[in-house]
Amino acid sequence: MSHLLAALLSLGVFALIAGIVLAVAQKVFHIEGDPMVDKIDDLLPQTQCGQCGYPGCKPYATAVAAGEAEVNHCVPGGERVMLQIADLMGVPPKEVEEEAAAPMLAFVREDECIGCTLCIKACPVDAIVGAPKQYHTVIADQCTGCTLCVEPCPVDCIDMLMKPELLEHWSWPLPDTKRAAVGHERRGHHAGHA
Amino acid sequence: MPAMLRTLAQKLGMLAHGFQGGVHPQDNKLTATMPIEECPLAPLYILPLKQHIGEACIPLVEVGDKVLRGQKIAKAEGYVSVPLHAPTSGTVVKIEEHPVVHPSGMSRPCIFIEADGLDEEDKPLEPLTNWRELEPAILRERVRVCGIAGLGGAVFPTFIKLVHDKNYPIQTLILNGIECEPYLTNDHQMMLEEAEEILQGMAIIMHMVGACSGIIAIEDNKRDAAEAMQQALAENSELAAVRIAVLPTRYPQGSEKQLIYSLTGKEVPAGKLPMHAGVLCQNVGTTRAIRDAVLFGKPLTERLVTVSGDALPRPANMRVRLGVPLRYVFAHCGLEDYDGIEILLGGPMMGERLRHPDVPVIKSSIGLLAMRQETIMQAHAVEEPCIRCGHCGQACPAGLVPNLLADQCRSDQFEKAEAYALFDCIECGACSYVCPANIPLVQYFRYGKGQIAQLRRAQAFAESSRQRSEARDARMAREQEAKAARRSRVREEMAPAPAAENAGAGSGASKKTEES
Repeated sequence: MSHLLAALLSLGVFALIAGIVLAVAQKVFHIEGDPMVDKIDDLLPQTQCGQCGYPGCKPYATAVAAGEAEVNHCVPGGERVMLQIADLMGVPPKEVEEEAAAPMLAFVREDECIGCTLCIKACPVDAIVGAPKQYHTVIADQCTGCTLCVEPCPVDCIDMLMKPELLEHWSWPLPDTKRAAVGHERRGHHAGHA
Repeated sequence: MPAMLRTLAQKLGMLAHGFQGGVHPQDNKLTATMPIEECPLAPLYILPLKQHIGEACIPLVEVGDKVLRGQKIAKAEGYVSVPLHAPTSGTVVKIEEHPVVHPSGMSRPCIFIEADGLDEEDKPLEPLTNWRELEPAILRERVRVCGIAGLGGAVFPTFIKLVHDKNYPIQTLILNGIECEPYLTNDHQMMLEEAEEILQGMAIIMHMVGACSGIIAIEDNKRDAAEAMQQALAENSELAAVRIAVLPTRYPQGSEKQLIYSLTGKEVPAGKLPMHAGVLCQNVGTTRAIRDAVLFGKPLTERLVTVSGDALPRPANMRVRLGVPLRYVFAHCGLEDYDGIEILLGGPMMGERLRHPDVPVIKSSIGLLAMRQETIMQAHAVEEPCIRCGHCGQACPAGLVPNLLADQCRSDQFEKAEAYALFDCIECGACSYVCPANIPLVQYFRYGKGQIAQLRRAQAFAESSRQRSEARDARMAREQEAKAARRSRVREEMAPAPAAENAGAGSGASKKTEES
């Protein structure tokens, strides 16, 4: 009898201690918010373009993490981002419907700008500078090419230009040999089937 | 275990060490022991504003300005940068984009100088003949203003390497006269003809960095150069702690990290500088340029170039002014027709293939090679599947596994490639050279490195966009809050005293205009 009691007691005490440790750990290591949202947000290109149907990258990340949105809505991210998100969420990848456009850059034709500040308000990344009744201009290095400033302009003085190709940003292509082409084909095949 | 024993033996200095891997390409040194020629003055000089690693220069001259040889025409911008000087006297005719030495064939801003043929020299800087009494910092500044960058091909601004760091004192200065690339002979010829000048430069550098010993490294296919240097060394009482090391010929012995290992047995860790191993490596040409800068105040306006290749009628070792178009240099060596000819800048192992001969000679141009297309195509045969022979791994001087890395780069598994130390690859081409399946391994590594750099850039851009977007959201929330607070305050003010309604509404309206 006393053996049984000792066993029960010791197990009980152990369970109690473990419970306390777990309770404390839960308080101490508590994480604010959903870590999944941040992880998905890190993968997104942060153009804040809204092409996914959400008002920015973070809201889309939140929706994906909650399972409300599909993984294939990020247009500028393209297939690469879709695959990464699908991998992170543990869901099967889905084909990206829209082809991503070439990287663009907004440009204000300054002599036509009337200084209405509407584009400044529309820019999600604060990449347009200017003041009321002064010319506005786009900070080229910070423009994500989201085109959100084009619509609000009352005098249509914003153009979307091709992002200039910089020598510093040039990188080597895959070597042009038969084998490389075959490898590429094979990879495309795999990605299409997955 | 044997590897450990070997390392131990090497640490104790019991074994002569040589770097691992390497290959023995046919050396084809057509121009060996050919005396240095002066390249005649060209009618037009094209000077790219970026000839070194780091930030591009900012032009100091305008179109129409008269310049003299040695005059500073562009100033350095940022720390990792050196100024640029006019190679001859003449007039600045334009400053615009022009194709430069770059695998993309893209353009960069260049200063165009039309030579007047007089070759008048600008007043040189004051010679520092008393350099032995001068602070290293003064000499270092002189090296910087003279625009000297590593002339061995890497063109890293030299003054940055010539530091006197308390934490990392430099004990040994290594003078790199290896020149392991096939065809190239300019360093060889310089050691034969200008041994004394090189030694003077060496003494200056040793004084600057406080090095107590020096090694002049020469490969055993240039024994005459070693003898010439030995003779000059015997006459020079100052450099008693300098010795000449004749190393067995093997490519890529001239690569900095491999050379340091061969000579001292010290390994420079990945991502660290030779300085961290207590060593400084300088090319012989750079050393000579430093000597000219210090003793004569001459800025860098010319360099030695090997003009060679199997398609060139008259190969030569030539002293060429910076900015001379390659077409002019080749024409001087008897090459006019570029049909069926490929131009390489640098050696055949690591050099870059150029798209046309109108690019200028710059500080990094060690060799100009005109090769027959058939010769080049031999090296670019059809790629076959890898047969896992492992020759590439044996040849790799950096101890990598090239076939694995190439697979990873080819299939865009960049994280894995990085984990397998892709960035330790020095792109020497030894693996591609030995590959029996003709796999262009180095090109895959370049592709991989480029893609990783692109990804990093995209990530950094996304991160900064996110920060700005978050800052904007926070600002808008703050503004909303302030607006709401103001509104409720106005409402409160208006509520108890209906008589003051008009005044309150007036102030509210004026506030609203302020907001907008």
